Amino acid sequence: MPPAIETIALTRRFNGFTAVDGISLTVAPGQIFGLLGPNGAGKSTTIKMLTTLLTPTSGTARVADHDVVEAPVEVRRAIGYVPQMLSADGSLTAAENLLLSARLYGVPPRVRGARIAEAIAFSGLEEFAGKLVKTYSGGMIRRLELAQAMLHHPAVLFLDEPTIGLDPVARRAVWERLQALRRDYGMTILLTTHDMEEADVLCDELAILLEGRIAARGNPQQLKADTGPEATLDDVFVAVSGGTMQESGNYHDVRQQRTTLRRLG
Amino acid sequence: MLAFFLQSGAIAAAELSKIRRDPTELFSRAVQPVLWLGIFGQVFSHVRDIPTGGISYLAFMTPGILAQSVLFSAIFYGIAVIWERDLGIVQKLLVSPANRGALVLGKALAAGLRGLVQAVIVYLVAALLGIGLRWEASSMLLVALGVMLGSCIFSTFSLIIACIVKTRERFMGIGQVLTMPMFFASNAIYPLQIMPGWLKTIAIFNPLTYLVDVLRHAMIAGGRSAHGLPVDFGVMALLFLAMLAIAARLYPGLAR
Repeated sequence: MPPAIETIALTRRFNGFTAVDGISLTVAPGQIFGLLGPNGAGKSTTIKMLTTLLTPTSGTARVADHDVVEAPVEVRRAIGYVPQMLSADGSLTAAENLLLSARLYGVPPRVRGARIAEAIAFSGLEEFAGKLVKTYSGGMIRRLELAQAMLHHPAVLFLDEPTIGLDPVARRAVWERLQALRRDYGMTILLTTHDMEEADVLCDELAILLEGRIAARGNPQQLKADTGPEATLDDVFVAVSGGTMQESGNYHDVRQQRTTLRRLG
Repeated sequence: MLAFFLQSGAIAAAELSKIRRDPTELFSRAVQPVLWLGIFGQVFSHVRDIPTGGISYLAFMTPGILAQSVLFSAIFYGIAVIWERDLGIVQKLLVSPANRGALVLGKALAAGLRGLVQAVIVYLVAALLGIGLRWEASSMLLVALGVMLGSCIFSTFSLIIACIVKTRERFMGIGQVLTMPMFFASNAIYPLQIMPGWLKTIAIFNPLTYLVDVLRHAMIAGGRSAHGLPVDFGVMALLFLAMLAIAARLYPGLAR
């Protein structure tokens, strides 16, 4: 079975600035893979190249066994995508948003109704399906966006910071659904996050990006064990990133989070 | 090919649900035509020097005002697209396997539907002012076609500008700068033949001129097209296809 995602020396430059610098990684089918890193590390740029929104400057990437440059339409057919920003249309209802997705993905009319019903049940929005999305809470919108992204049963699902700005309950609801997608549909999931708990709970495999390069790679247990006894993922992150994060606002966040976690014991 | 039109239809249908839900927008759009026809038109009817081809000045300018309201609403379509880009909706559309041209056409058709609403409003205002209108189905079909095509041209033009400038502030500036000159450099409220040569040259290249020409023929009792409908529709259709091709190329750049 070919890998779900495979990149070789994937690179993207913007006017002399190298956002992604020769990333090579392989994601096996059915894995939940996490890309970690501070803001500006190249996580979003990597996702944009894998989802065909951005053309690589050099290197190659294959998703669901299709080349992102040579066969972008085949790649798009095989993937689902939840951008970091709000991507459900607030002036439409959940059902209308789902109908639009179903039509754009060419879900055949025979199964369209069943698929939309399935997606609404998946998102737990049965009672709100006819309401305008702009009246939803952040967690409901995220669940709807997940439902829109899984409607056509993609082989690979990409999520950019899927739980950013959500409260703990809503965050957990998203995690459960991602695990369900892997379990029930065998989807491969690649997500970016700078939430260490999310990475720890959800991901089988992690890559930590720094300045466009992979600074560390492995499963969460192994990464923690390599850093030291009783190390948390935050410790891993700090150990890997060293003093190179001065330009990012996240150093402060990581330190604060780490202190909080220590206090909680 | 079928998939292409189904995808456009999906985008247009979603936009239609939005239009249906927001009738206040339609009401606010009625204000401009009412002002132009009810005030400007009433006063300017007394100017006898403008050659109108045998119809009253008010009747002469009515198609111009419909074309103007089509232009003014469609030309700001790009703002909505920039808004969708800032949210992440554009990114989601572009990750779908839908053809880029189909996405652009879907947006243009939605603008066309909004344009048809404008037409209904201007018909009502004109009828209230006692302007002699053509009510035959064939004439109204021509008006509908012209309004659709005109809206498609201006909204796609607007989308192209949005793809280039990418921010709302810059777009607003350009939108403001474009609309009035396009209106004045056209045959909307005075015929080409009384324009100075340089203005006439601009007006010939202005798509609004061809839309007004169609409407003047098909909307007004006794109104006649100066260029002939085949020329009008031919110019507009070619222009729209060219813009569609350009916009389909530029639209994916919005996701970067």
